[in-house]
Amino acid sequence: MSIQVRVPGQLFSYTGGQSQLEAEGATLDEVLDDIDRRFPGLRFRVVDEHGAIRPHVRFFVNRTDARSLSHAMATGDELVIVGALSGG
Amino acid sequence: MDHVVLLIGTRKGAFFLRGDATRQHWQLAGPRFLGSAVHHMVLDPRDRKTLLMGTRPGHLGPSLFRSTDFGDTWQEATKPPAFAASDDPKAPSVDIVFWLTPGHASEPGVWYAGTVPPGLFRSEDGGDTWQEVAGFNRDLMPVIREAVGPIPGGPPLHSILIDPRDAKHLYVSVSSGGTFESTDAGASWRPLNRGVAAEFLPDPDAEFGHDPHRVALHPLAPDRLYQQNHCGIYRLDRPGDTWQRIGRAMPSEIGDIGFPVVLHPRDPDTLWVFPMDGTENWPRTSPGGRPAAYCSRDGGESWKRQDSGMPSERAWWTVKRQSFCADAGDPLGLYFGTTSGELWASTDEGASWRRIAEHLPEIFSVEAALGPT
Repeated sequence: MSIQVRVPGQLFSYTGGQSQLEAEGATLDEVLDDIDRRFPGLRFRVVDEHGAIRPHVRFFVNRTDARSLSHAMATGDELVIVGALSGG
Repeated sequence: MDHVVLLIGTRKGAFFLRGDATRQHWQLAGPRFLGSAVHHMVLDPRDRKTLLMGTRPGHLGPSLFRSTDFGDTWQEATKPPAFAASDDPKAPSVDIVFWLTPGHASEPGVWYAGTVPPGLFRSEDGGDTWQEVAGFNRDLMPVIREAVGPIPGGPPLHSILIDPRDAKHLYVSVSSGGTFESTDAGASWRPLNRGVAAEFLPDPDAEFGHDPHRVALHPLAPDRLYQQNHCGIYRLDRPGDTWQRIGRAMPSEIGDIGFPVVLHPRDPDTLWVFPMDGTENWPRTSPGGRPAAYCSRDGGESWKRQDSGMPSERAWWTVKRQSFCADAGDPLGLYFGTTSGELWASTDEGASWRRIAEHLPEIFSVEAALGPT
C-alpha cells in the first residue's frame, strides 16, 4: 500500500531535495523503516535508538498528531514530518 | 614545516583556516554543514587525510560524518554512536557526539567517541560503524548516574586518552563524573580522582563525581597528566594516583578555574591554560573582561600571564574546553577560538597574539592539523 509522505527541508540532504515521497508500511514505524532503506540515516535523525520520537520532531497522519511509532497506517494516508521550530 | 590547517567546529557549522608556511597568512574556507552544531572535528594522524566530525542539526538527532580526502567530500557514518535499544524510559539516548579521539598507532581504523549524555563508543572501521564500550556504558555509567544524579543539559564524556606505550591503557573523563582509567581496553575501569577538589559534592573525599573540564596526557612522557577542573588545575605523575593542585600558584585575583589545558608537545613541563571567571554565579567570561592565557614552564610551579595583543579591557568572551590547541611547529604555534567567534594565534609560544579570523559563530572546538601541501 502506498502512503504519501511530506518531508521537511531539514531532511532534504537525505532525500536529494525531494519534499514528497511514497512509502509503505502498516505502522508509522514500518513507514520510517521503508524510507530509511531508500535514504539511509534519515530515521535516526527523527527517532532515537530506543524508538522515541525526537523532541523537536512531529509526525502528523491525516493532520492528526501521531505520538507513537505504533500508529496504524493505511493506503492513501498522508504523513507529514515536521521539524518543529523553537528558540529565538 | 607542513601547512597548518585549523579545524574549527562552531555552533553553526564547520570551518577550515589554512595557513601558509610562515603561519602568518590564513585563508578561511567553509562553512560546511551550515546550521549544524559541530562539537569536534579531528584529523587521523595515522593517514593525515581522514577527518571525523560530530554534528547535530538544531532540530534533529545527532550524527557523525567522515571524510577520507581531508574535507573535500563527506559521508555519514552508516551506524553512528548510539546506545543499545531499551524499553527503559530512563535509558539514555545520544544527544551530541562531543569528542573524537583516533586510536593507538598500532590500531589503524580504530577511533573512540565520547557523547552527551556520557557514553564511550569505539569504531574499528575508520568511523563508519560504532559499538558501545560496554564496560564503561553498561557497567560504570549506571553507578555514576546513581551517585551523581541528573545533570541539566547532560554532561559530556571527553578527554579520551590512549597511552602511546599500550593501546589497552585508556583514560576518559566525564563532567560531572570524574576521571577513570582502564588497563584492559575498556572492559573495566577505576576512578582516578584522589586529590581533586569537588566543592559541590557533599562528600569531599568521594571516589568520583568530580568535574574535570579537560585532561591531557603528554605524548613523550605518558606518565605525566594535567587536568583543568571545575575546581582548579592539577598535575598527576604516574604511577602515583593523587593529583597535585598546581593551580595554587596562579595569581589569586585570577584563580585557577577554566576549561582548556594545552601541552607543549616537546616539553612535558610546559603547559597553557585560559582562565575563566568562576566566582559567585560563574559568569564564564574572561576574569574582569581582560582575557589572557597563562603559561607554566616548570610543571605548574609558577605561571606567567600572556596577553600581548589581546584586548586589554571589555572583552567578555572566553574559550571552551576543546577550543585551545597547539601545532607541532618550532617555535610552537598556539591557537584558540572564542565564544564570540574569533580565532587567535601565536607563533612565538604565547609571547604575542593576533586575531586571524572573526565574525564566526560561537566556537566549540579548534584542532591544529598538518594539511596537504
